[in-house]
Amino acid sequence: MRSTRRRTLAALAGVALLCGAAFAHGGREKKRVKTPREKLAERSFPNVVLTTHEGKKVRFYDDLMKDKIVLINFMYVKCEGTCPGTTANLVKVQKLLGPRMGKDIFMYSITLKPEEDTPETLRRYAKAYKVGPGWQFLTGAPADVELLRRKLGFIDRDPARDADKSNHIGMLRWGNEPLTLWAGCPGSLAPEKIVKEIGLVDWPKAEGAKGGDR
Amino acid sequence: MANISKIDRRAEKEKQRAARNRRELIAAGLSRRDMLKMGLLTGAGLLVPMSGLSVRARNSAGHLLYDSGSGSGPSSPPMTPWSQPFTRMTVKQPVATLNPQPSVVPNAGAGEGRTIDHQALALFPPVKYYEVEQRLSNIITHPELDPQPLWGFDGLVPGPLYVERYGRPVLVRNRNNLPANNGGFGKNLVTTHLHNGHTPSESDGNPCDNYGPGKFYDQHYPNVLAGVLSTHQDTGGDLQEAMHTLWYHDHMHDFTSQNVYKGLAGMYLLFNDHDTGDETTGFHLPSFGDGVSDDSNFDVPMLFSDHLYDEDGMIAFDTFNFDGVLGDRFLVNGKVQPVMHVHPRRYRFRWLDAGPSRFYQLFFTDMSNRNQRIKFHQISTDGNLLERPVEVESVRISVAERADVIIDFSKYAGKTLYIENRLEQEDGRGPSGKVVGAGQGNLILKIVVDLPPVADNSVDPATITKFYGLPSKTATPRITRTFNFDRSNGNWTINGRSMDPECQEVRLKVAKNSVEHWVVNNSSGGWQHPAHIHFEEFQFLSINGAPPASTGLVQNGRKDVIRLEHNMTTKTFFRFRDFTGRYPFHCHNVVHEDHAMMLIWEIVDGPGDNKTNP
Repeated sequence: MRSTRRRTLAALAGVALLCGAAFAHGGREKKRVKTPREKLAERSFPNVVLTTHEGKKVRFYDDLMKDKIVLINFMYVKCEGTCPGTTANLVKVQKLLGPRMGKDIFMYSITLKPEEDTPETLRRYAKAYKVGPGWQFLTGAPADVELLRRKLGFIDRDPARDADKSNHIGMLRWGNEPLTLWAGCPGSLAPEKIVKEIGLVDWPKAEGAKGGDR
Repeated sequence: MANISKIDRRAEKEKQRAARNRRELIAAGLSRRDMLKMGLLTGAGLLVPMSGLSVRARNSAGHLLYDSGSGSGPSSPPMTPWSQPFTRMTVKQPVATLNPQPSVVPNAGAGEGRTIDHQALALFPPVKYYEVEQRLSNIITHPELDPQPLWGFDGLVPGPLYVERYGRPVLVRNRNNLPANNGGFGKNLVTTHLHNGHTPSESDGNPCDNYGPGKFYDQHYPNVLAGVLSTHQDTGGDLQEAMHTLWYHDHMHDFTSQNVYKGLAGMYLLFNDHDTGDETTGFHLPSFGDGVSDDSNFDVPMLFSDHLYDEDGMIAFDTFNFDGVLGDRFLVNGKVQPVMHVHPRRYRFRWLDAGPSRFYQLFFTDMSNRNQRIKFHQISTDGNLLERPVEVESVRISVAERADVIIDFSKYAGKTLYIENRLEQEDGRGPSGKVVGAGQGNLILKIVVDLPPVADNSVDPATITKFYGLPSKTATPRITRTFNFDRSNGNWTINGRSMDPECQEVRLKVAKNSVEHWVVNNSSGGWQHPAHIHFEEFQFLSINGAPPASTGLVQNGRKDVIRLEHNMTTKTFFRFRDFTGRYPFHCHNVVHEDHAMMLIWEIVDGPGDNKTNP
């Protein structure tokens, strides 16, 4: 028993020594620095749970953003300002994007009124506009949707104006998540031009292909 | 020193108060939803910052925090100010020849990304050639930080300084060698704009004249005075239109803010027989010398920029911001808070606000004697000499504006002065308008007047009674047009419309060599816009109904940026001489520009259109 106890103590001491050594090294060990892509995701794409207009629960970063080219806008079903025009525009964009929709290019319309816009309300809205696959309308817990709105910058720094949803930001944010390429354009831009804009964040073409607008 | 610890203590108190508030809220069991409803999401760092990146370079009362470098700044990691020398820009050296030789028609076969013929290459054949490449470069902006992966002309940030003379045309072969991996922000399609050269459209850096990696673009800079082919053919152009301090930067549509912030900017000086660069001749302005030595260079370009660094000390840019981005670390010539040593004599400083969004009001501050109001002379607006020097105590510049000033350090021999920004600005929308007290702003450059006395053959600007004189602005305009800078659903507009990203929509056509009045107004409410018109300089006819100021915040010179403050209305006098083609008109808060606050206009040989609200 005594020898076992001694061995146990010795083992414990050894472990302690190892831990001590690990601590000593831990201070000098370089913490792995996150990549720009990881930092951007942490900063701007909170992994909140949202519900699609098809009733599916998804995580914003893991399921909607990661590895994708995306086009994001904010709207709400009862909006009578810019939303009808923007949504109609985006329907045409979807058509122009053709088979890439839902494959590597995704569109997300996030509600500004998560209390009002349930998945069912959004489903009916999407159906009315004849929205095809690859384009999700999203709602969720109001605090989560609000967090997302702020992180994605669809805010007005004047609190009174920000609270007035009827005059909300009608811009589109589009980008390539893995390439950390992000830009924006008005939602009222002609659909062909929106598609061209998205082309700026497309995967790099093969060697020898033409770069630039011309 | 006592003052610094007082402000540190204030900052510390703010932090503690914020932490205490947070604990109380959590203890009260408030849900995030409740806090939202109670409007508790704004203010001194409670809960989530906007857009993921906060720049709380101020306390809750809105006063700018003095950056002692001890970490009282909130977002970037602490870094010690005054721990590196000020650096002068590298002077760009020409090459003997270009291979293949430049041609009027673009050399697509050799990889030229230009698609439009040079319109004036034969008229103004280059006497100097340059090759420049845009590439990734790891650059130390502060010695306590790791090198930053920036994009620079010739790998330099700021880019090399072009030193040119009127009457000596140049051609720059501009190569894009930028990487596909953008390190978090930036786009490797580029188009370089010389702001504000009297440049043919195809060499002007139009947003849609961009080109990809592996390609080059020959840019022809005739270095001619406006009027050279029109109103002043006999004199080689109108001397009163001479420009001296220009800058160049990327102008890629949708990505200008990212690319310029990432380092694609530099300056360009134009000398002539009056602003000679030699203080023993011409107007006797402080000598440029070799541009780099303490003992011969007294004409010093200074490019101001503000950066934000993340938790790892790496440069960060908020791509999810429509309003404008602010940094909390202040750089001059690409270095955070450096130290400059000067001789006790006159210097000409050429100040440029390179953005992306911040406005500055620059003072000289003696921190040991903060009541002293240090006077100096402003000699130009946007690089254009005024009628005569004006004695001022400060200069306000918004993004892209320049101001040349002359300061006499002989009165301060043995002392230390700081260039200080005292214009309060809390976010990218625009400054609050408040000018804080001496020492309460952002100290940007420390100037130690401890180099030995040397000869000063420049003249006291107070004795200069005239530079060129301002061109007349009494000619009758062919048309008066109105441009309202506005915001519509977060979308930046000019006359209610945003930029066509393919640059195909030409909103107005002006007749070459005609005169127009442009009324430019800011109707956007809470935002300010440095509105910039490419090509020719303008003069103000009125600002808010009154003649432009000739003292204080001087506006009565020739300019190329209209600093549209809140609800401002302006009327401007324009000519469009000598060349034709498309040019942009846009907000130079480059974040606004990228979210489409821009339009394309065109100079045509024919009659021009009559759109009064294009």
